[in-house]
Amino acid sequence: MSHHETKAIGGRLLTTTFMAAVALLIVMAVLLAKRFGMGLGAVTNMNDGYAWGLWIAYDVLVGTAFACGGFAMALLVYIFNKGQYHPLVRPAILTSVFGYTLAGVSIFFDIGRYWQFYNIVLPWHINFNSVMAEVALCILAYVVVLWIEFTPALAEGLGQKDTAGKLNKVMFFFIGLGVLLPTMHQSSLGTLMVIAGPKLSPLWQTNLLPVLFLISAITMGYSIVVFESLLGSSAFKRPLETKMLEKLSGVIPWLLIVYLVVRFGEILMNGKLGYVFSFDLKGNMFLLENLLYIVPAVLLFPKEKRSNPGTLFLAAFLILIAGSMYRFDTYLVGFDPGPGWRYFPSASEILITLGVISVEVIGYLIFVKKFPVLPKLGHA
Amino acid sequence: MNQRIQGLGNRLAEVSRRDFIKWCSAAAVYLGLPAGMGEKIAEAATAPQRPPVLWLSAQECTGCGETLLRANHPTLETLILDVISLEYYETLNTGAGHQAEEARVEAMKKYEGQYILVVDGSIPVKDDGIYCKIGGKTALSLLEEMGSKAFATIAIGSCSSWGGVPSADPNPTGATPVHQIFKDKGIKTPVVNIPGCPPNPYNFLGTVLYFLTLKKLPELDAELRPKFAYGRLIHENCERRPHFDAGRFAKQFGDEGHRQGHCLYMLGCKGPETFNNCPAILFNDVGSGAWPVGTGHPCFGCSEKGVGFHAPLHSPARPIYVTPPTLYASVFPEQGKGASGTAAALAAGIAGAVIGAGAAMAKNLGKSSEDGGEEK
Amino acid sequence: MDLKRRDFLKMAAGSGALLAAGSHPALAAPRKELPPNAVGILYDATLCIGCQSCMVNCKTFNSVEGGALYPQKEGIPYEFPRPDQRFWDRPVDLSSNTLNVIKAFKTGTGVNKDSETDGYSFVKRHCMHCIDPACVSACPVSALKKHPDTGVVTYSKDACIGCRYCQIACPYNIPKFEWDEALPQIRKCQLCNHRYAEGKYAACCEFCPTGASIFGKVTDLQAEAKRRLSLKEGTYQAYPLQTVDSKHTIPTRVARYLDHVYGLAEGGGTQYLLMSGVPFSSLGLPDLPEEAAAAVSEGIQHTLYKGMIAPAVLLAGLVFSAYRSTKNGDE
Repeated sequence: MSHHETKAIGGRLLTTTFMAAVALLIVMAVLLAKRFGMGLGAVTNMNDGYAWGLWIAYDVLVGTAFACGGFAMALLVYIFNKGQYHPLVRPAILTSVFGYTLAGVSIFFDIGRYWQFYNIVLPWHINFNSVMAEVALCILAYVVVLWIEFTPALAEGLGQKDTAGKLNKVMFFFIGLGVLLPTMHQSSLGTLMVIAGPKLSPLWQTNLLPVLFLISAITMGYSIVVFESLLGSSAFKRPLETKMLEKLSGVIPWLLIVYLVVRFGEILMNGKLGYVFSFDLKGNMFLLENLLYIVPAVLLFPKEKRSNPGTLFLAAFLILIAGSMYRFDTYLVGFDPGPGWRYFPSASEILITLGVISVEVIGYLIFVKKFPVLPKLGHA
Repeated sequence: MNQRIQGLGNRLAEVSRRDFIKWCSAAAVYLGLPAGMGEKIAEAATAPQRPPVLWLSAQECTGCGETLLRANHPTLETLILDVISLEYYETLNTGAGHQAEEARVEAMKKYEGQYILVVDGSIPVKDDGIYCKIGGKTALSLLEEMGSKAFATIAIGSCSSWGGVPSADPNPTGATPVHQIFKDKGIKTPVVNIPGCPPNPYNFLGTVLYFLTLKKLPELDAELRPKFAYGRLIHENCERRPHFDAGRFAKQFGDEGHRQGHCLYMLGCKGPETFNNCPAILFNDVGSGAWPVGTGHPCFGCSEKGVGFHAPLHSPARPIYVTPPTLYASVFPEQGKGASGTAAALAAGIAGAVIGAGAAMAKNLGKSSEDGGEEK
Repeated sequence: MDLKRRDFLKMAAGSGALLAAGSHPALAAPRKELPPNAVGILYDATLCIGCQSCMVNCKTFNSVEGGALYPQKEGIPYEFPRPDQRFWDRPVDLSSNTLNVIKAFKTGTGVNKDSETDGYSFVKRHCMHCIDPACVSACPVSALKKHPDTGVVTYSKDACIGCRYCQIACPYNIPKFEWDEALPQIRKCQLCNHRYAEGKYAACCEFCPTGASIFGKVTDLQAEAKRRLSLKEGTYQAYPLQTVDSKHTIPTRVARYLDHVYGLAEGGGTQYLLMSGVPFSSLGLPDLPEEAAAAVSEGIQHTLYKGMIAPAVLLAGLVFSAYRSTKNGDE
């Protein structure tokens, strides 16, 4: 695992961004005290119709999809054996560690009987018919695997080179597992909604939900790598890694095309076009969501366009928005428990989600400044 | 006989004016009229010219006449001696036979278009109405004759209001209510129905007093019943209603629930489909022990067309609601909260910031590449 | 682009195959059968008078030990309790405090019972006790179970983690969550299964004064429903009270029925059957396909994860690839 050198970038920790994130963290802490003291109804707008709200849609669904960088890069570097992308692996794993860990933690904000969560690992309790059981176990296992994958960086940062070396010898097993687990649960996050049956709009309800969720998660994984690399380079005043990103982003349009073929193929085959052009909220959200997929596919398709970091960034950004929208649509907008039910996240709910994001930002800043995550400058 | 009447007159004279005004005021309240109307009722009830009344009995049992004996305010004697001028009623006529019939014809001639016709009993129409005759004339022809010249007609009891007992399946005599015959024969005289078997006397007296006072008929419902008496279901004012609402029912006569005074719906109480004021004014001025539900027997819907004598005695009632009360949960209630101002602003702010920052970033990066800000 | 275009074209072609596979009906798990001694309720909206006796007694008899509303902080859980007067209750829908609710549908002037035009009808909503329940399939920790003999869908708070996937999965929105409790649980009708031992049955049926709700074996209920559909409208017929095999019957006027019994086929069938004079969709009962959503979901899962063979093979391949590439990297 040493194609290249990595280095902690150092620098002042208490920046404005950092302090703002800490402020949001404090707000979240106060609101969470209320949530745990008085119940979910006290801070959220979730109800018996919309039993899942912003927290599941963003913190879990979008959060883990954003955290698919590690998965997507491992797939490319280790499985398709494209070693030249190696410098992008560690930062990708870092965001994955944070994304997944926080998704895991924020599940505890959301579930009602969190003190019994261990039931999910007790074999006599597990229901093997349940998609949720698979998702929960997979995510749980993947968080552990991600931390193991990230341990070499931690160990190096703490000056434990030996540990890192030993761990690297068996790392291939965890890398394999680290690809399998997200393949399983990112697809199952789609399968989760199959059982909602007619409560989910036909525009999103399909037996192909697992396929669509998996492909879109991988596209989001590559996009987040591109996005973060460009953002990080800009923020930490480091040179852009455009060459590598340019090559990497060659994968994306093909994945997008497969996604769109499956997406529209399903709509056409099952005669759902009428819903698409009904020009109501759901139809319009479908159009917008898929437009956001088509634009980056078009942007990235010509090879010469990929060398422009602006275009690269825009495309990655749009794919992330599109993937997020697809998840919000499947879990909230397209979900309709029946006439009369309404849901829009409460301010407290939004603030808690912002708090979760701020934790991620704080962690990322600490890690890239104090631990060897980003590629060492001067290395070719 | 004279002595008896004299004695009655003396007894009535003992009723002080104050007491008299008092019952008139009570009557006003009962009729839903303003309190001041008590005076007017008193005036009307003591007017020298008492309104003439002719009473025709057809297929009846005299229960309706009997029920009037149970009234205390006013009593029957007050009614017939002081309030109205009863010209003809076979049950109370002093004369009989041709004498009585002559009096009837004379009264009709004298008060043509001014008298009130009261009818108890249904009118048989089958086989030209031969099943009920008075003085050789069928009830049908008598009703036609008397009804066409009356100022107004009061059909007292279920029989004359909608058919009653005689109309029960298979209705062998073709028992028909008064208003139906009027309609068939084109008689325009207005009809007021006071159904019940027997009806509460005050529903009848109230109607008479209303007419005397205001010289018009009280407001009627579609079944021609005065609304002040038949405006609500028995179920709505029933003393056992709280048991119904709490799901406590007597399941059999004499069971625990029955002894506890629970709702009688499961025993076939027709209160939920019968319009009457029984639970509100009760019977005989002796408290609730004197009306069916009060005694522990389900209402059998005696006053309601198609219920009394028609539906099986212990079959469950089909409750009538004009519309279901709004307190029922609707099939699709509005639930959950929409966007609050703060939340919407927050969401819009975040979306704006993300899109704005993304666009700015893309623009900057695009520029930097033109500037040659390339990777090493 | 380093990955071969040909590979991607293959992938694109493969997506067509995916489409075909995804729409294939064989993907669903086989249809589940009614448990041998399945019990349930037949609700006849034409008999219902909206007295709400079932609602009152549901709360009363489920607030005792073992009941679906037990334990509560204090007594019977009223929907809008006032500290001084815990008496009146007016639920707008099912909730964690109300496991059985009478709702009213009305159109136009709302005068005619069981009529679609200017009419009204009541409907009693509670758990349908599906033959293939989505909630049971969804629950990750088996907190929701279908009794193998009676088919009653029960809940165990000791297993539940509060993920609320059952609420998402249930097509009838039946499981309800205690949103205002710090230590919440799911509440749902359990068909008064705590009363069977003492020879009792669902309180809503025991206290229904008209026989609108009757309890019994599902097969008997299905037969009774079909019998009612065959009766002549307007005649007086004997309708059983409380239970389907009750000796206590009452003569009741046969109403005009819709020629459909809800729950025979919907969503794989339910143990709560409904009859009505107005369309079930206007009573808030969804028009579900005959195939249970649980069967579709389980079909997908079982196809992908049968015996964990596919994931194991995939893992072996992935680990091998990773081993090869990390080894190469080390050299």
